[in-house]
Amino acid sequence: MRTLHTLDYAVLQQCMHCGMCLPTCPTYDATKKERNSPRGRIALMRAIADGELSLTKTFADEMSYCLGCLACQTACPAGVNYAALFETARSDIEREQLNAAPSRRFWRRVSLGFLFMHPRSLRAAGRLMRAYQRSGIEAAVRQFGLTRFLPPALARLEPQAPRIASRFSNQLIARQEMPKGTAKYRVALLTGCVQDLVFPEVNRDTADVLLANGCAVDTPSPQPCCGSLHAHNGEADLARELARRMLDLVPPDRYDAIVTNAGGCGSHLRHYHHLLEDDERFRERARAWDHKVRDAHEWLVDIGCRPPAAAPFSRPATVTYHDSCHLAHGQKITQQPRALLEMLPGLTLVPLNESTWCCGSAGVYAITQPAQAEALLHRKVANIASTGANVLATANPGCQIQIARGLREAGRSVDVMHPISLLARAYRRENDT
Amino acid sequence: MSREGVLDALASICGADAVLSSAEDLVPYSFDGTAALKMRPSAVVFPRTTAQVAECVRLAAATSTPIVTRGSGTGLSGGAVPTPGCLVVCLTHMDAILEVDPRNLTLRAQPGAITQRIDEAAGRHGLFYPPDPGSQRISTIGGNVAENSGGLRGLKYGVTRDYVMGLEIVLADGQIARLGNACVKDVAGYSLKDLFIGSEGTLGIITEVLLKLVPRPLARRTMLALYDSIEDAAETVSAIVAARIIPCTLEFLDRVTAGCVEDYAHVGLPTDCEAVLLMETDGHPAAVADEAAKMEEIARSHQARDVRTARNDAEALQLAAARRNAFAALARRRPTTILEGVTVPRSELATMVSFIAATAARYELQIGTFGHMGDGNLHPTFLTDERNADEMDRVHRALDAIVTRTLELGGTITGEHGVGLAKKPWLRQQMGDASYTLMKQVKRAVDPHGLLNPGKMFD
Repeated sequence: MRTLHTLDYAVLQQCMHCGMCLPTCPTYDATKKERNSPRGRIALMRAIADGELSLTKTFADEMSYCLGCLACQTACPAGVNYAALFETARSDIEREQLNAAPSRRFWRRVSLGFLFMHPRSLRAAGRLMRAYQRSGIEAAVRQFGLTRFLPPALARLEPQAPRIASRFSNQLIARQEMPKGTAKYRVALLTGCVQDLVFPEVNRDTADVLLANGCAVDTPSPQPCCGSLHAHNGEADLARELARRMLDLVPPDRYDAIVTNAGGCGSHLRHYHHLLEDDERFRERARAWDHKVRDAHEWLVDIGCRPPAAAPFSRPATVTYHDSCHLAHGQKITQQPRALLEMLPGLTLVPLNESTWCCGSAGVYAITQPAQAEALLHRKVANIASTGANVLATANPGCQIQIARGLREAGRSVDVMHPISLLARAYRRENDT
Repeated sequence: MSREGVLDALASICGADAVLSSAEDLVPYSFDGTAALKMRPSAVVFPRTTAQVAECVRLAAATSTPIVTRGSGTGLSGGAVPTPGCLVVCLTHMDAILEVDPRNLTLRAQPGAITQRIDEAAGRHGLFYPPDPGSQRISTIGGNVAENSGGLRGLKYGVTRDYVMGLEIVLADGQIARLGNACVKDVAGYSLKDLFIGSEGTLGIITEVLLKLVPRPLARRTMLALYDSIEDAAETVSAIVAARIIPCTLEFLDRVTAGCVEDYAHVGLPTDCEAVLLMETDGHPAAVADEAAKMEEIARSHQARDVRTARNDAEALQLAAARRNAFAALARRRPTTILEGVTVPRSELATMVSFIAATAARYELQIGTFGHMGDGNLHPTFLTDERNADEMDRVHRALDAIVTRTLELGGTITGEHGVGLAKKPWLRQQMGDASYTLMKQVKRAVDPHGLLNPGKMFD
């Protein structure tokens, strides 16, 4: 069990406090206070490791104010592994129960400890949620103002809840699908949790695009959560448990690539070896797994994605691209999604100012830090509006939900789509013409 | 007055949310960009106006609380490292660019304005603020003036001092002084603004700056020359200067540094040659083309293995940005990174470079060297581990040898980072007794109670 005290001190020492991370940190930008910056947080962690400071509620608050966007990791010339420090700190905080409140503990147990550990239960909860949204109960609850009986955090979030899809990935994608002609590659497709419940069509689109590029696509089911939510929220043991289940379900040696289309998942999925380095039984398989995990855009560019002959829309459109933090900073993938978008006929890609600045979604950040999340969302919406684009492409379900809501509330008619969905539309329209 | 009393008074001057006093808030203000130096301050305050700064200074004077002024805390000599029991006056909230005056070619800004934002504001009027320290994306102009920061363009454009026309200063007794003005010529009285430039926060607190701007160059060309020997690179620099060419940038990276920078930035720096020269010329397009051709020719005649030209502005900017992060990128190799900034007359560059290599071998240390070769300003950087006492002892002895040799060659212990705490032991050796004493007399005259950044530069 790694804690700030037992973590290899070199990871903390790697930060030589040059300050290059400061201008890229959204929370430092908001307050201009060092505590709210990466080097300030690392200094606090180092003080804790050195025994100069104890784990306090204030430190816990600071670590939940951090978005975990990892923009600092891109900026850091010294190569500090902030992701590892961040997760270790949050895990220490959970172990010490510094944020303990009965309701928080209950909701964490329900979500992280149960729903996101059991894919079938999660889908069942998704169906219940959909029933609530569709049956008229939701409308009635809102009409009669019954949300005032919810805890304040839930009452605020209730109208933000994403629409749950009618059918999930396992109903849209067969376990094995073969491309036309001979298969050049064999890949496994990971369908995610939020992606599966809210945007299962993105998974269908990914399968279609992979098939159109000569990949045989296996989509094992039911897939566990990858554990990213758990690792980010200080539940390291559960994250390890989920990684083991994933490795059992999807043996890496069977595939040329294990493909994920969600930036947040991919960033975590690529580091199973680090997560399981103390696990003798899984260590080597985790290493092999890390080598096989590919972001969908990355994989398509690697294998020479075929340019579609048709445009995704009947009319020319302008698209701009928002970098999901964990795709850009966590996985260093910024060029490939743009390359795919530029490949599409009838679509003009325009640059987005501050495209790698967090939109405020950041996992459960919108729940835990609503004010900062809203400020970041407004900034993102203003940048998108100034491009004049009518499509916003982004490759992470959290960003997709957050930005779509922001644009809707600002009265902007901009479609929010996954780049792979645009590509899939274009391939489909090849047959129409 | 008790600490609580001081905190209450600060809160009534600047507002309660502008005062930090908890351990979690103070630990992150215990250091600046300098390795291995830290001290927790007593409190941090964020004034928003010159009047608030003056009131904070009066309060500090009345309670004998030392003041350490701070911007973004990126300094590399310990200038913003707190002294025991001090109040940190952090000026990051005073960050407005107040005016760009294209008729007088000046820009007025508050001290917390970010260096790069200043150049961007100038650029919107076709103007240019040339000093570009490595940390320009986050460093503040107040800090730049207090440290008289240099940068990559010093060779042609000079350093921060060459662009300061006026300053507003809060003095140690809380009075507000305005020094200098927008006149190109001004010989009225002592040039007091020059006293405060590079004073490292020991004489007053800069609360506003008036900067000189120059026309933005119309063209630039950036080249990389690769060498199998460091001496050939150093000789190239001397030959370019001797050929009466003043490029804006002549930056040098040795093999270790180039490797670390490439690991970080992936800009295509070669990692298999002993020395890389980053050369840049800017100005009128015809002059740029002419100078670039001559520099390439000189590099090739000094055994450059290859000379490459950046294909476009984006690539040129990437190369310069990568170079700016050389120091921090070196931290990839070992846990502790200790940066030097010795500077020698340019004719002595090759001698100094060889001496550094010999010193590294003699003390069995890893040193990565890079620097502004055109200025004679080198940054030998020790890659070491502060937990290894034996190695740290060798670092200190090697450092002493390098500094002593620098002074023998007619050089300076610091070209652009300041004295602060890091260079304090050698200042007297460089300055000589008379000028060292004179400097202390100036300090006593301006800050008689030793309130401002005490213990920096000298005791």
